[in-house]
Amino acid sequence: MAIIEVTNLHKKFKDLHVLKGITTTIKQGEVVVVIGPSGSGKSTFLRCLNFLELPTSGEIKFEGNLITHRNLQLVRREMGMVFQRFNLFPHMKVVDNITLAPKLVRKTEPAIAESQAHALLERVGLSDKADAYPEQLSGGQQQRVAIARALAMRPKVMLFDEPTSALDPEMIGEVLDVMKSLAADGMTMIVVTHEMGFAREVADRVIFLDDGLLVEENSPDQLFSAPQHPRTQSFLSKIL
Amino acid sequence: MDFQWNLVWSSVPTLLEGAVLTLQLTTIAVSVGVVLGTIFGIMRLSRTPLRYLAMGYIDFIRGTPLLVQIFIIYYGVPNLLPRLFTTGIQPYVAALVALSINSGAYVAEIVRAGIQSIEKGQTEAALSLGLSSTATMIHIILPQAFKRIIPPLGNEFIALLKDSSLVSAIALEELVRKAQIVSGRTFRPFEVWFVVAIMYLIMTVTVSRIVSILERRLRVGE
Ligand SMILES: Nc1ncnc2c1ncn2[C@@H]1O[C@H](COP(=O)(O)OP(=O)(O)O)[C@@H](O)[C@H]1O
Ligand SMILES: [Mg+2]
Repeated sequence: MAIIEVTNLHKKFKDLHVLKGITTTIKQGEVVVVIGPSGSGKSTFLRCLNFLELPTSGEIKFEGNLITHRNLQLVRREMGMVFQRFNLFPHMKVVDNITLAPKLVRKTEPAIAESQAHALLERVGLSDKADAYPEQLSGGQQQRVAIARALAMRPKVMLFDEPTSALDPEMIGEVLDVMKSLAADGMTMIVVTHEMGFAREVADRVIFLDDGLLVEENSPDQLFSAPQHPRTQSFLSKIL
Repeated sequence: MDFQWNLVWSSVPTLLEGAVLTLQLTTIAVSVGVVLGTIFGIMRLSRTPLRYLAMGYIDFIRGTPLLVQIFIIYYGVPNLLPRLFTTGIQPYVAALVALSINSGAYVAEIVRAGIQSIEKGQTEAALSLGLSSTATMIHIILPQAFKRIIPPLGNEFIALLKDSSLVSAIALEELVRKAQIVSGRTFRPFEVWFVVAIMYLIMTVTVSRIVSILERRLRVGE
């Protein structure tokens, strides 16, 4: 069953044509990894899905409904997003970072939101950090809190924009492990990453974006071992 | 030098009354200014036509002398609304209104800069969680912005504390006006103005100290 349908998505920043007609469908429970050269439009694509960037033209449907300004907030609470730079709220304790949106948006009882937060912290391996402030945590810990914060809204889809690119190498594994366990639990995920090992192991499908176009998409096995398009071949030869 | 300490001591209680009024006027005006400044600072950043209203207000206040603003409120408002102000406007009320409106414009610029200094990622994270833009402003942006604007707000308080002396022009007996009265009575202007300077200095230095303490206390989570 399709959960997100993207049809002929274009995005321009003034004269800069960044996305040049992207069409793809994300199925329920699917893990899609998006790869491509820097500046190819991967982040812009992801940010258009929850309208952090307003698409210039084209359609995005979520569970069959066109996303518009009117239902935008309703859709956003169903799509969690994890950023390269974590973007935790520095003035709030970890637990408050996690409970804020459930309390404000879902009107969850504070006590319930808090016990959910503790359960999520346990899940990402940070049960002892509930009362810490973000600045007291390492990058890998902050990113795991950011994942817990997004999960607290019980989203149907999780978007990840290079979640490990700002991390020291020794911390990448702990974040990828959390993402793998999410995938194993059946979460629908769209992940922009350069971690090809993760893509091979977890992805159902890999999308190769280049210069604003969806050049090629396939299962990781197929795409990595037998890329069809010369641009995919050239990109993969550089990174693999 | 012939510095008459006994005269200094006898004028202190009167001058202190003035200093208390100065401090009171400034505190109320900056407090109202923070409320006005937050509202107009946000309006200034909005993409609605309201921003032109905010720009007009800020430009007018920052582009004209405070003394002129005080006179406009003191003489102008009773003229414009004669039925409401049959006996004119009290100097105390006129002073408070003028100082508050003045402070609001300067604070609006401080608030605007504070809001703009918060990384865009904060807004994006909040919106991606489903928060409205109002909730994002209230829970995410303003609390962080207010921490950052404490030092410039302290400067605004000190500037207004000194500039509030201009309300002596409408005969409100704050510190400078009291000093004029006392020095006219005693014919010892040097001693009187010396004491006045010390009183202003004590107030401004105390405020800066309080601001740096606050700043240090609130540094958690920066
Ligand atoms: N807000 C923006 N304003 C103008 N140009 C932008 C903006 N965001 C991204 N771009 C440009 O769009 C192109 C694609 O960017 P991005 O989607 O971030 O690429 P990627 O994530 O694949 O590296 C780049 O040339 C970038 O400079
Ligand atoms: Mg990117």
